[in-house]
Amino acid sequence: MLRWLIGGGREPQGLAEKAALQTIGEDQSQNPYTELLVLKAHRDIVRFLVQLDDNRFASAGDDGIIIVWNAQTGEKLLELRGHTQKITAVIAFPSLDSCEVDSQLILTASADRTVGVWDCDTGRQIQRVSCFQSTVKCLTVLQGLDIWLSGGNDLGVWNRKLDLLCKTDHLSDTGISALVEIPRNCVVAAVGKELIIFRLVAPTEGLLEWDIIEVKRLLDHQDNILSLVNINDKSFVTGSHVGELIIWDALDWTVQACERSFWNPSPQPDAQQEIKLCQKQNDISINHFTCDEENIFAAVGRGLYVYNLQLKHVIACQKTAHDSNVLHIDRLPNRQLISCSEDGSVRIWEVREKQQLAAEPVPTGFFNMWGFGRVNKQASQPVKKQQENGTTCSLELIGDLIGHSSSVEMFLYFEDHGLVTCSADHLIILWKNGEQESGFRSIKLFQKLEEDGDLHPAV
Amino acid sequence: MISAPDVVAFTKEDEYEEEPYNEPALPEEYSVPLFPYASQGANPWSKLSGAKFSRDFILISEFSEQVGPQPLLTIPNDTKVFGTFDLNYFSLRIMSVDYQASFVGHPPGSAYPKLNFVEDSKVVLGDSKEGAFAYVHHLTLYDLEARGFVRPFCMAYISADQHKIMQQFQELSAEFSKASECLKMGNRKAFAGELEKKLKDLDYTRTVLHTETEIQKKANDKGFYTSQAIEKANELANVEKSIIEHQDLLRQIRSYPRQKMKIPDLHPGDTEHTQGQADQVSTTSNPEESANADLYTCRPAYTPKLIKAKSTKCFDKKLKTLEELCDTEYFTQTLAQLSHIEHMFRGDLCYLLTNQIDKALRKQQHITNFLFEDFVEVDDRMEKQENVPSRHSQDRLPSRPVEECPIPKVLISVGSYKSSVESVLIKMEQELGDAEYKEVEATESSSFDPQENLDYLDMDMKGSISSGESIEVLGTEKSSSVLSKSDSQASLTVPLSPHVVRSKAVSHRTISEDSIEVLSTCPSEALIPDDFKASYPSAINEEEAYADNEGTIHFQASVSPPELGETQEGSLENTPSQIDSSCCIGKESEGQLVPLPTPAYTLSDEDGVVSIPPQRYRQKDQGIHVDVMMENTDPSRDNSCEMFSAYELDPSCLLGSRDVSKMSLDNYSDTTSYMSSVASTSSDRIPSAHSAGLSSERHKKRAGQNALKFIRQYPFAHPAIYSLLSGRTLVVLGEDETIVRKLVTALSIFVPSYGYYPKPVKHWISSPLHIMDFQKWKLIGLQRVASPASMGTLHTLSRYSRYTSILDLDSKTLRCPLYRGTLVPRLADHRTQIKRGSTYYLHVQSMLTQLCSKAFLYTFCHHLHLPAHSEETQEAVASRQTSFLKLNLGLVNEDIKVVQYLAELLKLHYMQESPGTTHPLLRFDYVPSFLYKI
Repeated sequence: MLRWLIGGGREPQGLAEKAALQTIGEDQSQNPYTELLVLKAHRDIVRFLVQLDDNRFASAGDDGIIIVWNAQTGEKLLELRGHTQKITAVIAFPSLDSCEVDSQLILTASADRTVGVWDCDTGRQIQRVSCFQSTVKCLTVLQGLDIWLSGGNDLGVWNRKLDLLCKTDHLSDTGISALVEIPRNCVVAAVGKELIIFRLVAPTEGLLEWDIIEVKRLLDHQDNILSLVNINDKSFVTGSHVGELIIWDALDWTVQACERSFWNPSPQPDAQQEIKLCQKQNDISINHFTCDEENIFAAVGRGLYVYNLQLKHVIACQKTAHDSNVLHIDRLPNRQLISCSEDGSVRIWEVREKQQLAAEPVPTGFFNMWGFGRVNKQASQPVKKQQENGTTCSLELIGDLIGHSSSVEMFLYFEDHGLVTCSADHLIILWKNGEQESGFRSIKLFQKLEEDGDLHPAV
Repeated sequence: MISAPDVVAFTKEDEYEEEPYNEPALPEEYSVPLFPYASQGANPWSKLSGAKFSRDFILISEFSEQVGPQPLLTIPNDTKVFGTFDLNYFSLRIMSVDYQASFVGHPPGSAYPKLNFVEDSKVVLGDSKEGAFAYVHHLTLYDLEARGFVRPFCMAYISADQHKIMQQFQELSAEFSKASECLKMGNRKAFAGELEKKLKDLDYTRTVLHTETEIQKKANDKGFYTSQAIEKANELANVEKSIIEHQDLLRQIRSYPRQKMKIPDLHPGDTEHTQGQADQVSTTSNPEESANADLYTCRPAYTPKLIKAKSTKCFDKKLKTLEELCDTEYFTQTLAQLSHIEHMFRGDLCYLLTNQIDKALRKQQHITNFLFEDFVEVDDRMEKQENVPSRHSQDRLPSRPVEECPIPKVLISVGSYKSSVESVLIKMEQELGDAEYKEVEATESSSFDPQENLDYLDMDMKGSISSGESIEVLGTEKSSSVLSKSDSQASLTVPLSPHVVRSKAVSHRTISEDSIEVLSTCPSEALIPDDFKASYPSAINEEEAYADNEGTIHFQASVSPPELGETQEGSLENTPSQIDSSCCIGKESEGQLVPLPTPAYTLSDEDGVVSIPPQRYRQKDQGIHVDVMMENTDPSRDNSCEMFSAYELDPSCLLGSRDVSKMSLDNYSDTTSYMSSVASTSSDRIPSAHSAGLSSERHKKRAGQNALKFIRQYPFAHPAIYSLLSGRTLVVLGEDETIVRKLVTALSIFVPSYGYYPKPVKHWISSPLHIMDFQKWKLIGLQRVASPASMGTLHTLSRYSRYTSILDLDSKTLRCPLYRGTLVPRLADHRTQIKRGSTYYLHVQSMLTQLCSKAFLYTFCHHLHLPAHSEETQEAVASRQTSFLKLNLGLVNEDIKVVQYLAELLKLHYMQESPGTTHPLLRFDYVPSFLYKI
C-alpha cells in the first residue's frame, strides 16, 4: 500500500541555530507572490532598476542597454541603445510639473565615460555628454533647483538642458561613490573614507554663474564609505566597510551617533578586537541602508540589523539572513522588509515584537506603529537564544522568492504590480500576487467581453 | 471528446490495423448479445450483410477502348479484401453509368483535335444482388495514343453499407475530387511531355523528309514530279499537318486554366504524406510548384526519332497503363490520397458519424478546447490555411473587379477556344470519307502562311456550315448521355460566324500569356499559327455584340452565370434545368444525426441500382466560376467544405499509409522532442505538421495505454496527475531515455495547453533546469546522469523544488503536494475496467471536457469575479467564488485549484490579442510537498 513520508521541504525551524541560515518551508501562507513572469532581454548582469511611473520601470546593466518595461504585463516597451560599455548609474529625471511639454527623462552614466539622456516615452536619446574625464559613478537630481549632479573623479553640476553649470576640481582618483542631497542647497559626497560637503550657489543678481564650493570634509570613518542615505531632513547616515555606522546632523554636519560595533549587539569592549579579527571584513561591511522615521535597517554582511534611532541601539537582527552578502534592502509600505542577496534569493521579513521580553522598556509608540496582531500565530516559533541587551524585536522570515540562479542585484517594489528583481543571471523577474492578478484578469476579461459585445448577444 | 468510449471500442477500430483478420474476439466484458436477426445480415454492426467482400475498398477501373471495362487496381491492394467479389462485373456496372461526356468524336488523323477539360462526374450506384454500393467518380485522362486522346477512368468507393455512401457523399466527393485532381494534374504533365516528344519527333521527321524532298527535287530536273516525289511531298504535308495538330494540342493542354489547377490544391497534409512515404517528393519545395515549374519546360534529353508515315493502328499497340499516363510523383500522391480516403472512411458508419458529431460539437467549444484537445489546434491552424482559398472564393463574387478579373476571362478563353475547335471538328467529320481531299487540303494548309491561317479556318468553317451530318453524328454520340453542356452546345452551334471564332481566339490569346510565353521554348514555335495576336482588344465586349448567335451562349454563361439556366433551356431540354450543387443533397435521411446535410438519393428498388444523374455543374467546362458561386450560395456546400477540411486534417489521415503508421511511438517522440528543442532554442513555438502526427490515433492509443499502465503501476499516480492538471511542472527523472519519453508521452494527455500551440511538454532534457523552463514547460523528462555533472542538475532541481513535482522513475518515488480531491480518482482509477489505450484516451478526454466546462462556467460567471457593489470587499468576492466552486461545481479540496488554474488559462487565452504574444505565466503555490514511495 501507499505510504508517504514527509519531504525535506519542512525543516524543523526550531532547531536552526542563530548563526545558521534561517530557512522557511514551502508553506508560506503570508507570502503573497504566487505568480512570476521571467523577463529575458538583457545579455549581461542587470544591476539597476529605476521606477519611471506607476506602470513602468527601466532596467540597465553591464550590457550597456537600458530597457523600459511595463510592470503590469511584463511587456518590453523600449530598448535604449547607445552606450558601448556597462552602465554605472541610472536615475530618472522627473518632468517638471509646471512644464508639461517635457517628458520624463532617464539619465544614464556608463563606463564609456558618457552620460546619456533619454526620453522614456519615445526611446529617443535626447543628448549625450561625453566630456567626462572619468567614469561617472553616481548621479543625483536636485529637483528643487532643477539640476543634476554627476559624480566621478570630480563633481559636475548640470541643468536640464545638459549645460555644464560648474564643476569641482579633481577630488580623488577613486571617485565619488555616493552622493546625497542635504538641506540648504548642500550635497554630501562620499569619497573613499571622507565625506565632503559641497554647497551649491545659484546665480543671483551679483553672481551670474553657478558655483559649487567645498564646505567641509568629515574624516570620522576609518574605512571606505559604502553607503550614504538620508534619514530625514535633519540627519543622514553613512556606513563603512568595517561596519561603522555614523548618523550625522544634516545641518551642522556633526556626528549624532556613532556605532562602531553595532553589528555585535552584545558588545564586550575587551573582546571586540578579537571578534574583529576573526570575522571577515565582508561580514561586517555595511552594504545598504534603508530608513523610516524610527529605524535604520542596515544590510551588514550577510545579516540584517534594525537600529532604533531613539534608543540608539539595535533592536532586532538576523545575523545570517542570507547565504551570502545582502546587496539591497528596502522597506515596503506594508511594513515588511525585503532583502536580496548574492545567493540569488529574495527574502521577505517582518519585524516582530518579542513576546517574551515584555519586561524590557520599549517605547509604546513604536509598537503601536508597527501594530502586530499576529503574536499568537507565532506561538510555535522557536525560542531563540536571546541577544540579552536590547534586541527587543525579531526579524521573522515570512517568505522567500527563489527564481534567480545568480546574485540578485536589486529589486523594485510596485504597489500595484508586485516586486521586480534583477540579477546577474541576466534575468528580470516580476513577482506578482497571484490572487490579485487573477482578479485583475477577470475584470479585464469582462471588459473585453463587453467590448466585443459578447456579454449581450445580438438579438 | 464527447463520444462514448465504449461504443467506439465496439466498432473494432483495431480491426484494420495490423492483422485485420486474425483479431481475437472482443473482450468478454464488451460483448453484447448479437442482434437476433444477425443471420439475415440485419445486425447493425454487420459488415457483410450479403456482400461478397469483407470491407470497403476503392476500385479503379478503366473503360478500355480495346477490351472494354476492366478493373485496374484496388486499394487496399489485397485480394482478401474484395474476396469473391466480381471486380470485372462491377467495373462493367460502374463504367456503364454513362460517362461519355469527354468522348470527342475524333477520327484518327483528323486535324485540330479537341481536348476537353471536363469536370469529373460523381455518381452513387448500388447493386443489391452483389450487396455492393459505390460512390463512383468518373474522370478522363489524356493519352496521345488513345481514341480522341482521352481514356475514361473511374474511381469507386465500394461499400456494403448503402447509408455510408449516401451520408458520406459530400466527404467522399470532396476527397475523391482531390485524388482526381492530383491524378489529372499528373496526367496533364505527362501528356504535355508526351506531346513535346511527339513534336520533336515530327520536327525531326519533317527535316528528314524535307531534305529527302530537296534531294529528289535536285535529282530530277525534268520539270515533273515522279510519283515518288509526290508521295514524299504528301508525306511531308502530313507531317506538317500533324505538327500543327500537336502544337495545338500542346497549347490546349498548357492553356488549362491555372485557377482550375489551384482550386483543388493538393493539401499540405497529403504532401507530407507522400514525403513521409516515399522520398520522391523533395521536401523543400512544394511539389505542385515544382510541377508547375517544369510542367511546361521541354526536356532536352530527349532524342527525336523518325516517325513512320503509317502510324500503327491503335489495336496493334498496347495502351499505356494508368501509371504511365501520369507523372510518377503525382501518381504516388494520388495513391496516397486514395489510401488516405480508404483509411478515412473505413469502419462503421456509426463510428464515422460519431466522429463527425464529436468534431462538430468540439467546434462549438472553441473557447475551452484548446486546453486538452490534441488536434483541435491542428484543425484550426490548417483551417486558417484552408480558409485562404475559400475566403477568396467568397470574396470573389462581390469584389470581383480588380484581382479576380482574370478568372472569368480565362474561363472564357477555354470555352471559347474549345468551341472554335469544335467547329473545326465538325468539318473534319464531314471530310472523313474524303481522304483525297483531306490530303490535298493538308498540303495546302502546310504551305499556308501562318498569317492566313485564320482565314483558312474561317473558310473551312463556312464550308462546314451546310453540313448537318456531323451534327447528327455528334448528337447521337453524345445526346444519348447527359451531355456536357459545352459540347452539346458546340455541336448545335452550327452557324458559327468567322467573327466569333476570331474574336474568341483573340480573347484566348489576350489572356493566357503564360502559356504562350512558355511556348516560345518549344523549337517549332514558328509553326504556331500567329492568328492569335490581339487584334481585337475588346474581344469580350464584341462577344456580347454577337449574343444572338448561339455560338456565344456559353460565353454568356461563363460571364454571367445566373443566366445559365435560361440559355440552356433551349438547347438542352432533356437535362434537368439548373441543377446546382444542392440537388445532390436532396432529402435528408431520417434519423440524421449529423448537423450537416448529407446527400440522399432516390433509390429505385426494383433493380437495386441507384441511378443518379451526374450533377451537371460538374460537367460544365467553364464551370469553375459558376461552381464557386454555387459554393457560396449553397450553405450546405460550405458546410461540407468545412467538414472536409476537418477531415483532411484528421491526423489519422496523415498516417493513412501503413508504412507511416508503422512508425513507432518513439519515433513520434523523437520528432516531438526535436520539435520542442527547436522551439526551446528559438524560444518561439513553431506549430508544425509534426504535431499533427503526434496526435494521431495511434499516438493517442499508445499514450492512453501507457497512461493506463502508469495508473495501474504507481499508487501515487493521482497526485502526479493532479500536479499536471494544476499547472505544477512535473519532472520525470530517469536514466533510460526511452522509458522517460514513453511516460512523458503518456502523461502529456493530462497537460493543459496554453493555447493553440504544441503542449508545454519537453520530452527529454539533460541540462540543468532553469526558472524559464518551469515557465515554459509543464511536463519535463529529465535525464539522470551518474556523473558529477549531474550534481548541478539535481541541485537546481532541489532549489526550484517549490515549482515542481518530481517523479523519480529509477527509485520509484514522487515528491509533490498532497492531493485529496475526487476528480483525479475518477479520471485515473487504477481499478478501471478500461483495457484499451484508445478507450482510455477517450475516457480521459471526456472527463477533461467535463472539467473544462466547469472551468468555463467558473471563468465566465460574471457575478463571481466582479464585486456586486462598490463596497464589497475582496474577501466577499473570494468567498463567493469558493462557494460556487464547492457547491455549484461540486469540487472538493485540491480540485478547486485545478479549475482555478484552467480558468486562468482560459482568461489568458481569451484576452490574448494574437496567439503567442502574451508570456506564459508561472503560477505556483507555497504548499509543502510530500514524498511518495511505492
